[in-house]
Amino acid sequence: MTEIAPPALTKKPLTSFTTTGDEDMTMIDTGPAGVGDAPTAALYRLTDVTRTYRQKQRVIKALTGVGLEIGAGEFVTIQGPTGGGKSTLLQLLGALDRPSSGSVMLAGTDLANASDAELGRVRAREIGFVFQGFNLIPTLTAAENVDMALEPLGLPKAERATRVAEALAHVGLADRTDHKPTELSGGQQQRVAIARAIVKRPRVLLADEPTGNLDESMRDEILAVLEGLCAEGLTLIVVTHDSAVARRAHRRLRLDKGTVRDITR
Amino acid sequence: MYGTYLRRELVGRKKQTIIVAAGLAIAIALVMIVNSLAAGVRDAQAQALESVYGVGTDLTVTGAMPEPGEGGGQRFDFGEEGGATGEDGTTELSQSQLVSEPMRATLDASTLDTVTAVDGVSAASATLSLTNMTFSGELPAAPDDTTTTEGGTQGTPPQGEGGGGGFGGGSFGVDSFTVLGIDPTSTAVGPLSAVEISDGRALESSDEGGNVAVLDATYAATAEVVVGDTIDIGGEDFEVVGLVASTSDEADTASNVYIPLDVAQTLSGVGAVVSTVYVQAESSDAIAAVQADLEEALPDTTVSSQADLASTVSGSLSSASSLITNLGTWLSVIVLAVALVLAVLFTISGVSRRTREFGTLKAIGWSNGRVVGQVAGESAVQGLLGGVVGLVLGFAGIVAINLISPTISTAAAAETSTQGGPGGAGGGPGDGAFGNAVMQQGSTDIVLQAPVTLWVIVAAVGIAVLGGLVAGAFGGWRAARLSPAEALRSVG
Ligand SMILES: Nc1ncnc2c1ncn2[C@@H]1O[C@H](COP(=O)(O)OP(=O)(O)O)[C@@H](O)[C@H]1O
Ligand SMILES: [Mg+2]
Repeated sequence: MTEIAPPALTKKPLTSFTTTGDEDMTMIDTGPAGVGDAPTAALYRLTDVTRTYRQKQRVIKALTGVGLEIGAGEFVTIQGPTGGGKSTLLQLLGALDRPSSGSVMLAGTDLANASDAELGRVRAREIGFVFQGFNLIPTLTAAENVDMALEPLGLPKAERATRVAEALAHVGLADRTDHKPTELSGGQQQRVAIARAIVKRPRVLLADEPTGNLDESMRDEILAVLEGLCAEGLTLIVVTHDSAVARRAHRRLRLDKGTVRDITR
Repeated sequence: MYGTYLRRELVGRKKQTIIVAAGLAIAIALVMIVNSLAAGVRDAQAQALESVYGVGTDLTVTGAMPEPGEGGGQRFDFGEEGGATGEDGTTELSQSQLVSEPMRATLDASTLDTVTAVDGVSAASATLSLTNMTFSGELPAAPDDTTTTEGGTQGTPPQGEGGGGGFGGGSFGVDSFTVLGIDPTSTAVGPLSAVEISDGRALESSDEGGNVAVLDATYAATAEVVVGDTIDIGGEDFEVVGLVASTSDEADTASNVYIPLDVAQTLSGVGAVVSTVYVQAESSDAIAAVQADLEEALPDTTVSSQADLASTVSGSLSSASSLITNLGTWLSVIVLAVALVLAVLFTISGVSRRTREFGTLKAIGWSNGRVVGQVAGESAVQGLLGGVVGLVLGFAGIVAINLISPTISTAAAAETSTQGGPGGAGGGPGDGAFGNAVMQQGSTDIVLQAPVTLWVIVAAVGIAVLGGLVAGAFGGWRAARLSPAEALRSVG
């Protein structure tokens, strides 16, 4: 697992990237334990990042002086109590928001100083997002939902169709392309959402509690898909309360009161 | 994909689509129908007015309405005539009398010259409105006292006299028809400018001073008179030389009988007076100025414009007109406003309900413009749907109205004073100088047509586009302000 190039998604049966051994973790976690230590060239480099929210008279410090490096191909989980700043951090990593101070470098681009349009471009090309509530568009089929992520890329129609089919096959849903979200189980919906996240071939996949709305068997389903993607070299950053998910990570971070701590051991 | 998403949203959220489109459709249909009806009523009104005043009459000059009691001078003529008849001493009576309009002061004949001299007047002609009363039956010698009777002012003609005046219980019948004295040399403007000769000929300049008459074709048919016959007007024989009919099928002409003005003046004994001067201005821009000049030059008269004139056409045409222009307009404005507000509210609430959806689209890389375009596109299609349905509904409504062809009658405001003898004095509601002319018109039935004008269609399409744009603008504005971080908001 040393390749750092963006993953080349190919048609593969779901079984080809099911559970991997624990040794993967030890393989990737080469550097000494500690925040900011990445095995290879850092994909993300956060320096002294703070994010404060102003609500009426109150000032809420969601993140305080966070420094962090995440290498390409890493599988990082972020844990912590509610209100600890996990979603806030994920928004900064996902180019949904800018820090109040500090810098967020993603592959040479400083997201802290980027324009709205630049952030939009980064989201469209570099970042795949998976949400706790799946966030599929209820009126659209699985394939159409996946296609939504290709809308900003301006690809030719044929290429789009190929990519959508590939992505859905990749998450094991080749036979569900014409199903509406309501006709799919929670696990299947989340797999559609993952297909939507990877169809653009992003550098990094960000997930906020991707298994939070799923029961155990569905959670394992999703976990298997995520690990398969990781095995193909995709960088994964997953906010989770689920220790079963965290156990599979190369590196585990904990966010509490706006400060980040490595708890990988 | 854009089309797919749009179509899926519109089909998938049927209720919203239907409510927004239906609201706009109803508003559009209503605006179309009201517009079309208003145009129909305007046409009917123009038709009714034309039949009374002719084409090209921009202004009329008439005597001012007399104060109550002042009308005595007018009545005097009749009383005197009545007395004269009585002095014949005959008990067997069949006598015609030509009386002038009791309700309105006449104008001196020189008024016409004054009018013609005013700047901006291109043509003018004067008429004298009279009524011919023929009463036949048994009548004892009539007392002369009607001339001094105060009641003569109020009460009218013969029945009143006969009933109250103690004519010894004689029985008689009264026939009346309207007579208009016109200048045979100038009919370009005035009541005969909008008629066609259906038989015989029109009055010519050589008819001046002659006992010749032209009859309204409808009246002639009722009275069973044809060209060449002789009729009795004011006790003299007149030769019927022609019949005239209104150019519009539905209306009668302004009077039953037309005779040369000079003959009318002599026969009725009123002297060199006229009742109405019809004025044509050189251009429509000049009308207001000419009206002002005329009012200044002729302080004791009433100068009326077409606008004043329109207000005197009453009856159900007038109520239909005000119903449609007032109620109809307000109704369509209200429905339109409600439809627009509905469209906007539904679109905004739709965007609010889809906060997470649009946040997610932004989070996966959709630009603001692309999301706004989606919202605006959905609204535009809803507007267009409403537009198409509204056009169909509106046309259906207009076709239905034209199939039903409601008949509305154009009754004159003062009609009762002409038709029924007694109680005439109260009849003139005094709404404008055209009252007396309209009285002669009586009532006319006009079939209401609702024409579809280009403006109606443009308005309908415009409303559809406007509805879509307004709703889309509000919804899009809402969607543009959404943060992509909304995608991360936890769900229940
Ligand atoms: N948009 C916001 N406006 C104001 N305060 C916010 C906003 N988002 C998060 N916060 C606050 O910032 C802190 C961190 O929130 P969050 O990052 O959502 O934590 P977590 O995801 O770990 O539960 C919390 O105190 C939260 O109330
Ligand atoms: Mg959170």
